[in-house]
Amino acid sequence: MIDPSVTLAGVRFNGPAFTASGCAAAGKELRNYFDLTEIGGVVTKSIMLRPRSGRPTPRMVETPSGMLNSIGLQGPGVESFLANDLAWLRDNGVTAVVSIAGETVDEFGQLARILRNESGIAALEVNISCPNVESRGQVFACDVMSASGVIHQVRRNTNSSVPIFAKLSPDVTSIAEIAVACRNAGADGFSVMNTTLGMAIDTQTLRPILGGVTGGLSGPAIRPLAVRCVWQVHQAVPDAPILGMGGIASGADALQFLAAGASAVEVGTMTFNEPSAPARVQRELLALLEQRGFGSVAEAVGIGHRGGLA
Amino acid sequence: MSSQADAEVLSVRREGEYYHLSFAAPGIADGFRPGHFVAIAVDDAHILRRAFSIRSASTKAGGALQIIVSPKGPGTQWLVRRRPGDILNVIAPLGQPFRLPTAPVACVLVGGGYGVAPLFELASQLRARGSTVDIIVGAGDTARLYGVVEARRVSDAVFVTTDDGSSGERGRVTDPLRRILALGRHKAVYACGPMGMLRAVAEASAEFGAAAQCAVEESMACGVGVCMTCVLPVIGEDGVTRMVRSCTDGPVFFGDRVRWSEVGTVPAGTLGAPEPRDD
Repeated sequence: MIDPSVTLAGVRFNGPAFTASGCAAAGKELRNYFDLTEIGGVVTKSIMLRPRSGRPTPRMVETPSGMLNSIGLQGPGVESFLANDLAWLRDNGVTAVVSIAGETVDEFGQLARILRNESGIAALEVNISCPNVESRGQVFACDVMSASGVIHQVRRNTNSSVPIFAKLSPDVTSIAEIAVACRNAGADGFSVMNTTLGMAIDTQTLRPILGGVTGGLSGPAIRPLAVRCVWQVHQAVPDAPILGMGGIASGADALQFLAAGASAVEVGTMTFNEPSAPARVQRELLALLEQRGFGSVAEAVGIGHRGGLA
Repeated sequence: MSSQADAEVLSVRREGEYYHLSFAAPGIADGFRPGHFVAIAVDDAHILRRAFSIRSASTKAGGALQIIVSPKGPGTQWLVRRRPGDILNVIAPLGQPFRLPTAPVACVLVGGGYGVAPLFELASQLRARGSTVDIIVGAGDTARLYGVVEARRVSDAVFVTTDDGSSGERGRVTDPLRRILALGRHKAVYACGPMGMLRAVAEASAEFGAAAQCAVEESMACGVGVCMTCVLPVIGEDGVTRMVRSCTDGPVFFGDRVRWSEVGTVPAGTLGAPEPRDD
């Protein structure tokens, strides 16, 4: 049997598959469907300093092999998150990767400071794909200065034993350029990628369907885009671990991400279809790796860049 | 506790504009209470499950569930083309069911279109506990009416309304509802149907001091509480409005808790609502 564990930026995880932020709440809702301790960990829905209502409905449109969402980061705020969600994960022995989001560079720093004193956080995922209110709503992840500004603040306020993963957006001219800037600002690794911005119009009313007008496109429809982004980030920063995601529905899909340079994967939208998808993808991935003769998950990482299998 | 399972289709039967679909769900069917729903995966081209109010449970094939499907989109059209022996992937029972009164009470059940589906079993359970049950069945026209005969079988009285007068009395379900509530005897109202109807039922019930429980229909991506798409503004016991999930906190809500006129918005003062800006 292949060893399922992976080590990312010095932290050991039980397996190579994780839930994806925004697709698993804080884990608890999925407990009926699979053993949450069996996978790499739960990446929580992005938490913010204060409670947030999110956007009006409709928040979702189904699209070919995917969906658009405009949830608007609905959440209970960090205080309630610590008391209820993180406490539950800790009490149940579930590995937590906490996703954080802010409206200003300073908010990210404040969140990191609050989380610094908490046990049971294996890593932070920094959701820089949210609008920067100090910069006319431009998304942090789409600008080198804002992206590296956030990562610098979070790194400064986080214990060095807790790695931080910058979650990159595909909606940029050069994802490699943003990745290099985040790495230089102190990111230990990357989560590649967030949704890509899309839109759908009701053909009866001829108005945008989503309450938020535009929304993030996810699901198998964006998988090739995500594989490309992982490939480019790995090429640009080969020593940084990547959590790869984007429409992963099977072990074979996950294997593509590993070959492109991801060290582990997150399963997001497909969890909506099948709540146990993260566990199934992990099982299938490990079986495939074994079939291909790999002795560990790590051996397959980035193999596509090295000529693939002989 | 809900679980995911492969379920064999037992029968698919056309009933007017709708389809009655029965599938084997051993181990799941036992947990069914009226108001629960099931999320069913459809063809590979559509990654989101479709949610259906459960009509009934039977003991066939070690436990089976029945739903009513209106084939109005590609996913539901795929579903009604299934044949006995085909396998469906289902998650059930989901959501919070209707609460039953602790003592016998006079009840009115209101169903719009195929929204009447979960009310037959509810009526049977209410009557078994000594309550009386009047059922109001309404729709736009005769073709979209569902379950009038079944409603007569499980209730003390049935009222039928259609918008065009093609069956029963011309008008809305709230017309007979108001007449019944005006008698002052009925204290509990149960409703399932389109949001506009639920709002009108909740308002009429409040006017006459009856407690309404409404099963809402919001579009959902996951059905299990992780996606946050099916939210609506609901007033909590602490008086604070929150955007709550209709899949895990609902689909049944007390009518006086939902801010019906503001569904589809984030009302000012909702927990975590954006601050009004001057710019």
